[in-house]
Amino acid sequence: MSAFTSLSSAALKGFFRDKVALFFSFAFPLMFIVIFGLLFADQGAEQIEIGVTGDGPVIQALESTGAFDLTEFDTFQEGFAQVRDGELPAVVAVEGSTVTLRFAASDQTAAATVRGIVEGVVNDVNLRSAGVEPQFQVRAQQVEDSSLKPIQFIVPGMMSWGVALGAVFGSAFTLVSWRKKQVLRRIRSAPIGIFTVLGSRLVATMMIGIVQAIVFIGVGTLPLFGLQLAGRWWLAIPVLLLGIIAFFAVGLVIGAFCKTEEATSGVANAVIVPMAFLSGVFFPLDGAPGWMQTISDFMPLKHMNEGVSAFLVNNQGPEALVMPSVVLAGFTVLMLAIAAKVFNWESS
Amino acid sequence: MSANEAALMPPAIAVEGLRKSYGDLKAVDGVNFEVIEGEFFGILGPNGAGKTTTMEMVEGLRKPDGGTIRIFGESPWPRNTSLLRRIGIQLQASAFFDKLTSIEQLRTFAALYGVGGDKAAEMLELVGLSEKADTREDKLSGGQKQRLSIACALVHDPDVVFLDEPTSGLDPQARRNLWDVLESIRERGKTIVYTTHYLEEAEELCDRVAIMESGKILALDTPASLVKGLEAPTRVLLKKGVISAELAREITGVESAGEEGDLLTITTRDPGPVLAHLAENVPLDTLQVRTTTLEDVFLNLTGRAYRE
Repeated sequence: MSAFTSLSSAALKGFFRDKVALFFSFAFPLMFIVIFGLLFADQGAEQIEIGVTGDGPVIQALESTGAFDLTEFDTFQEGFAQVRDGELPAVVAVEGSTVTLRFAASDQTAAATVRGIVEGVVNDVNLRSAGVEPQFQVRAQQVEDSSLKPIQFIVPGMMSWGVALGAVFGSAFTLVSWRKKQVLRRIRSAPIGIFTVLGSRLVATMMIGIVQAIVFIGVGTLPLFGLQLAGRWWLAIPVLLLGIIAFFAVGLVIGAFCKTEEATSGVANAVIVPMAFLSGVFFPLDGAPGWMQTISDFMPLKHMNEGVSAFLVNNQGPEALVMPSVVLAGFTVLMLAIAAKVFNWESS
Repeated sequence: MSANEAALMPPAIAVEGLRKSYGDLKAVDGVNFEVIEGEFFGILGPNGAGKTTTMEMVEGLRKPDGGTIRIFGESPWPRNTSLLRRIGIQLQASAFFDKLTSIEQLRTFAALYGVGGDKAAEMLELVGLSEKADTREDKLSGGQKQRLSIACALVHDPDVVFLDEPTSGLDPQARRNLWDVLESIRERGKTIVYTTHYLEEAEELCDRVAIMESGKILALDTPASLVKGLEAPTRVLLKKGVISAELAREITGVESAGEEGDLLTITTRDPGPVLAHLAENVPLDTLQVRTTTLEDVFLNLTGRAYRE
């Protein structure tokens, strides 16, 4: 075995025998996948529950849109009372040719959705009953493979986060503990380059990252969670590997600064936890204020997550590789430059 | 080898005018010595004498402020990878890869030198750890870790081995075991440079010793010559009352005799006849002979008692 493979396999053996490292690399992110996966299992495909009275073509058309979960009431007053009490967002009453809509303005999004759909349905029924051929037609088709079910962003998010976490801790702890235990000096007293040593550790980290990804995706695709991979999922692999390199470099910077394992753990968490929230791996940042989204654009984890999601679940083309690759590679160069400047073979 | 043969061979290590300061502290202050191939060379002195700094500069791990170092004619600084292949360095006993077993440590260290791990099992046997081949580093005792770290320094078959305080912190039994290991390394023809603060150990193991104090080498010779050069008298200790001090002084060859506590101390430069005389006149089980040791040499050189 060459020095490189021998060192890689030493690093892998060390990792797979370390229960704490295994927990944080596998069980910890998996725990979030399971919790979020079960918690948000029904969201996304959710129908809006509304009340109806009467029957006829309008009610039938409303039902066939699939957007509503209809609750029938005998009288309009009953349904109206439910809306007033905040139990339902809206009630639709059909009496002869009059369609009455009453909605609660407290949830404006739901109200607008209900209004839009009900008006659309009524117009459609009007045209058909008048026997008029519509002059304009909307052809709508959804883009995603299966709407945005929460599991579709939970798995890529937790995967990016878990793999990044493993890469940061892997390289930072190795560097600090090797320096403290004089393994670094011992390596320096052998005719081997530091790049062979770091490179072999990086390859081990990449292998661990790939195993993590397989496990997380494997669990996500269980029928219980129902993750569906897009056709070009394999294009996520280069993004994943570039992400591992970038976060390995982040770990080197932390490992170059810190003297003890305790300090390393603290600093690594202080970096990775806020970054995780600012990168939208736990929940999407679509609703976040603009300044926060601007900060988010500078987070390598955000770009790693977007790149991974683009191919894993969003079925984007290869051009979606460009942005994440450029950002992650640039970030890696920056981190390596800092690490090289701060790095010290010895603690004194 | 004889002294003549040794003088003809170029030294394995030649150090001249070696100097290193940390701020105002002169850690190493003009050190000169040569180590002959196959020699067991000891650098001894109390903690803070400059032993480790000297060793680290010779190993090429630290840049000297001044002076020259040649190992097989080459300078170890700046980092000299062809030289690194020929030297083995043992650092503190925790310099291991995480969670690997003894045999895996040896194979990994061998890989750092680009050599196969086929010597790994042999080295484990050499240091008496064959039974611990599949034990992880964190499950080994202190003595076992020391032995493993020495095996790791030898696994690429170096010509010169540097051992920094290999026996410190070990219990007496583990130290004795390690002496056997060091002896068997010497038997393989390796040149060994080692530091210790145990004087009696250096006396037992080393061909030559350099006694260091405050960054300087105070004396450098074989332990026997150092002791002999001191020309200190042999001391014979007897229980008080077995023989009086006056009578003792009359024995031929006795230099002085005096009582202290419950012991009578007789000094002589001719212990043979004195002991023969005493053997005829006093019960031998009350008698102890103290010859000069390196501790006396240290006392003589520095004017103060040696503290480890």
